[in-house]
Amino acid sequence: MDSAVPPLVEVSGATVRFGAETALSSVDFRMFPGEVHSLMGENGAGKSTLIKALTGALPLDAGEVRLNGVPVRFRSPHDAQQAGIRTVYQEIDLLPNLSVAENIMLGREPRRFGAIDWKRVRSEATVALADLGLDIDPASQLGTHSLAVQQLVAIARALSTEVKVLVLDEPTSSLDLDEVAELFRVIRELKQRGVAILFVSHFLDQVYEICDRITVLRSGSLVGEYKIQELLRIDLVQKMLGRSPGEIATRAPAAPTEKKSQTVLSGAGLTVRPGIANATIELVEGEVLGLAGLLGSGRTELARALTAVDRLDGGTLLVTATGGSPRTPREAIFHRVVYSPENRRTDGIIDRLSVEENIGLALQAQYGVFRRIPRARMRELAASWVEALGIRPADLSRPAGQLSGGNQQKVMLARLLALAPRVLVLDEPTRGIDVGAKVDVQNLVGELADSGLSVVFISAELEEVLRVGHRVAILRDGAIVDTLPSDGLTVDSLLALVAKPDENAE
Amino acid sequence: MKNIVKHRVFWPAVALVALLMLNAIARPSFLSITVQDGELYGSLISLLRNSAPLMLVALGMTIVIATRGIDLSVGAVMAVSGAVALTIIADSPTPEAPGTIATAVAVAVVVTLIAGAWNGFLVAVLGIQPIIATLVLMLAGRGIALLITNGEITTVNSAPYKFMSQGYLLGFPFAFFVSIAAIVIVVLVQRRTALGMLTEAVGINPEASRLAGVRSRGIIWGAYAASGLLAGFAGILYSSNIMAADSNAAGNLIELDAILAVVLGGTSLMGGKFSIAGTVIGVFTIQTLKSTIVFLGVPSPVTPVFMAAVVIVVVAVQSPLLRRTALRAVGSIRGSNSNTTEVAK
Amino acid sequence: MTDLKTAATSPLSTVLGALNTFRSRHASWIPVFAAVLILVVMFGFAQWWFGNFLSLRLISALLLDNAYLLILAVGMTFVILTGGIDLSVGSVMAFTGILCASLVSQGVPAGVAVPLMIAAGAAIGLLIGVLVHYFDVQPFIASLVGMFLARGLAFLVSLRSIKVEDEWILALQSTRFKFGDFYITPTGIIALVVVVVGVLLLQFTRFGRTIYAIGGNEQSARLMGLPVVRTKILAYVISGVCAGLAGLVLTAYQGSGYPLNGSGAELDTIAAVVIGGTLLTGGSGYVIGSMIGVFVYGTIAILINFLGAEQSWKRIIVGGLLLVFVVVQRVIVTRSSRRT
Repeated sequence: MDSAVPPLVEVSGATVRFGAETALSSVDFRMFPGEVHSLMGENGAGKSTLIKALTGALPLDAGEVRLNGVPVRFRSPHDAQQAGIRTVYQEIDLLPNLSVAENIMLGREPRRFGAIDWKRVRSEATVALADLGLDIDPASQLGTHSLAVQQLVAIARALSTEVKVLVLDEPTSSLDLDEVAELFRVIRELKQRGVAILFVSHFLDQVYEICDRITVLRSGSLVGEYKIQELLRIDLVQKMLGRSPGEIATRAPAAPTEKKSQTVLSGAGLTVRPGIANATIELVEGEVLGLAGLLGSGRTELARALTAVDRLDGGTLLVTATGGSPRTPREAIFHRVVYSPENRRTDGIIDRLSVEENIGLALQAQYGVFRRIPRARMRELAASWVEALGIRPADLSRPAGQLSGGNQQKVMLARLLALAPRVLVLDEPTRGIDVGAKVDVQNLVGELADSGLSVVFISAELEEVLRVGHRVAILRDGAIVDTLPSDGLTVDSLLALVAKPDENAE
Repeated sequence: MKNIVKHRVFWPAVALVALLMLNAIARPSFLSITVQDGELYGSLISLLRNSAPLMLVALGMTIVIATRGIDLSVGAVMAVSGAVALTIIADSPTPEAPGTIATAVAVAVVVTLIAGAWNGFLVAVLGIQPIIATLVLMLAGRGIALLITNGEITTVNSAPYKFMSQGYLLGFPFAFFVSIAAIVIVVLVQRRTALGMLTEAVGINPEASRLAGVRSRGIIWGAYAASGLLAGFAGILYSSNIMAADSNAAGNLIELDAILAVVLGGTSLMGGKFSIAGTVIGVFTIQTLKSTIVFLGVPSPVTPVFMAAVVIVVVAVQSPLLRRTALRAVGSIRGSNSNTTEVAK
Repeated sequence: MTDLKTAATSPLSTVLGALNTFRSRHASWIPVFAAVLILVVMFGFAQWWFGNFLSLRLISALLLDNAYLLILAVGMTFVILTGGIDLSVGSVMAFTGILCASLVSQGVPAGVAVPLMIAAGAAIGLLIGVLVHYFDVQPFIASLVGMFLARGLAFLVSLRSIKVEDEWILALQSTRFKFGDFYITPTGIIALVVVVVGVLLLQFTRFGRTIYAIGGNEQSARLMGLPVVRTKILAYVISGVCAGLAGLVLTAYQGSGYPLNGSGAELDTIAAVVIGGTLLTGGSGYVIGSMIGVFVYGTIAILINFLGAEQSWKRIIVGGLLLVFVVVQRVIVTRSSRRT
């Protein structure tokens, strides 16, 4: 771009690896003074990794950061803060046990005779809060306030020092409309002062309202940098989700067996605050239902509600075949409704147990403590799944934590399939795994459905949802807005549905 | 060979053997075993006999630690157990009758089972941190024990009760058989049923275990109950050894020895994978260490200094910081070596 | 501390507003008030039951008999506020006490012996802090090492109790300043000074606020650029110093050093701190609360004496109170985490 001013921050060739996985691969990124820049991408695209690298929370494995043209190296968040780069994280990183004033002033409290001058702490905090149009008692404990107020306090803390670059990671996710308007007023003011603002949000409307420039990431790589006026909303979503037309033809969409379409699982009015509200869904035997929606649309929350992982705040879940309404994952498994979690490292794999134990775990848990599956049978069972799913290395006694992402996902699938499930809910089963494993998983889902299993398939990649799913449920802002057969949809039409701006304002 | 070295119990076993060998060299009498009236005597035999209470407590502690917990109340529970048993025997008209002894032991271990279940309730159901939850009973337990004995040290004369810690069976101390029985039962329960694997799963990743349908609450509860039960038997052995219910001295600081034994045996305090064999080795190591210190002429109250040194060494060896530093050091040595070879070419 | 601007509106809303302000500002004081309430109820009950329970002499005795515990509790409050725990305090108190007694009995002047014992306490605290921070050992285990070490060292100094004949040290307990029926000795003054210093450090220095910040969320404190490492280690050093001072006070109180002193004192200290309203998970609590907790503990002991009941009831009651406070804390924590 042909800006006359040199960029304030410039990141070049940024690469970050976690073990074997590359979270960020040679990404270039820049911000100009007095602009609002947005970083866009799906979960796992590398947004938070890039932010962390920029703010000193993560070291770069390769590449460099330049501030005002001078190469800098931040060894800690503290270094970055000293250099004028302030961050407000999505998970509020303040201290709920201390007062609002302290949270703003902590670490640089005004002192008199060596003691903290509480009067001045409070008055300076009041000024900082007033800048944001916030009228709250600075002496009150932070924890007594709503998340929205806490978010604004975090911003007040960031602004109360000399700030050159302000990073806002999902700052509006807990704010209401008025609060968002107030925040935008502040952002515009900061822009006038020449501050560079990185605004990360999954609300496209907000991005288009406030931002000047967008950088899009996908799977840890740079897609491109665009001026907001030159990028249509639909193009943005398309760039975020990625699309390679060649891939689409690889598998003919399976014809759903319409003959005996018996409902196996139904959820009516499912509500889990704050993720999903009043979602109604029916799953038919032998079908793959894809869930399509942007980040934050309630995909994962719906999956967890369907498998009784989270307690429902409203609505009913019914396993039609058995007439049961499970309330815990254990009960869901008893009714043969199983869930493969989005985050397999923290919620799925038991990393220090062996592959064999990981595969047999859920089945053994169903059998109970005293009916131990004999060692030989367990081995045989695990071996057969390792063989069937092509888990590599085929070493049953290796701790599952040492496997690659794709193989861990297959171990998870093996654990669930060993339960002979009726309903399989897969949350992002193909995220972060290599192409070969991805195709394996997709084909497996097809085969399973052909043999009568019902599958709920969640993916951020729309063409994958279309390719695997017979029907697609479209989620927006925690609600199912439509459920359509996939043959009637193209990636473009699905994109349009998923990215549609909110019209339910009235 | 590599597999043996890699085995979790390898290094703890090496440490124990080294300690035993040091003792054997320093005092030849250490290995000698004499036979009197068909009963074995000697340092090693006393070791087997004296380690029994710690063995029982450490076994229970291993299971609790595997669930990511800790049980600080074991010493106090031992005191309660001894107090209950001896009070029943002292109040009984027939303190020598096997029936009285059986009743006393049964009531005592049921009480301690309840105490363990209480800990389990606080941890598994109320979700209180294990250290704190068991601290409550650690504090109150000795008070309860003192209350049972009316604040006195109850003493009894009862040959069958005395037999449990001081008697001999088939040439070996009876207490040794109690240890063996406890080890065998714990191993059978953990490894012949699925309990061991499920316990490890819960200890490593509670949330993933819940999603896999593991009943983690019951498993945690059971672990504390088992620990209470085993501490109860340990309390019986202890009181049988001195034939008195000394509520202040019974099991004093044993929770620390037990934790140390578990850690020495290679089980991580972070929960998960556990090793009963390791704990057994750990118990013998501690007991040998104590006997060594006494042999060296160090007054036994000073023993804790050595224990502290051992913990610091173990902890330092396990610490990521030291490991990283060591790896770096090795790496740099290797690096410089390869450099020199290049130069040599 | 109520808002004066609201005074113009109706009295009821003023009161409600003040209440609300109070609640939002000082919610963490509520457990301290609960402890005060328990203390008042116990005093009231005893006064009603015995008729002549409450007196200035009683207050004196309560302070002086528990001076060592009060000092330990102040140090422990620092550690627990960071989310840690220090099991070594009882042993360190015994070690420094016997060290002091041994040194002065060999003719070392008190002016040398006392700084030495405090340095010894600080050194063990430092060891624990280093283990916790650099070796990533759980505070519980690290302080256990300190406990073992100090107890063994105490016996290494002497296996038997050593009588103290140094006048300077004995004067700490024998000098009495009288104010009517109320009297106080230098040991009591030391304890009160420790409390005041503790309050000032925690409420009016950046170091103190960093202690609270670490207890609130260590990760956040680090991201805010606060000196987490230094502060955490210093908390254990402070606890060690307090244990050293407690050793001095106890030696003066007993007129001798004894290596078995203070076994179980760490539990009494933790119980007093928790009863005084400090959250065991860290980040919330006050030195003043810990002082109230110590008084509750001391009053239970006196009451049991007065009632002629078994001393063992003391442990049971303290254990029971600890349980109640821990369960209530747990409920509060779950409720507040559910709200967010």
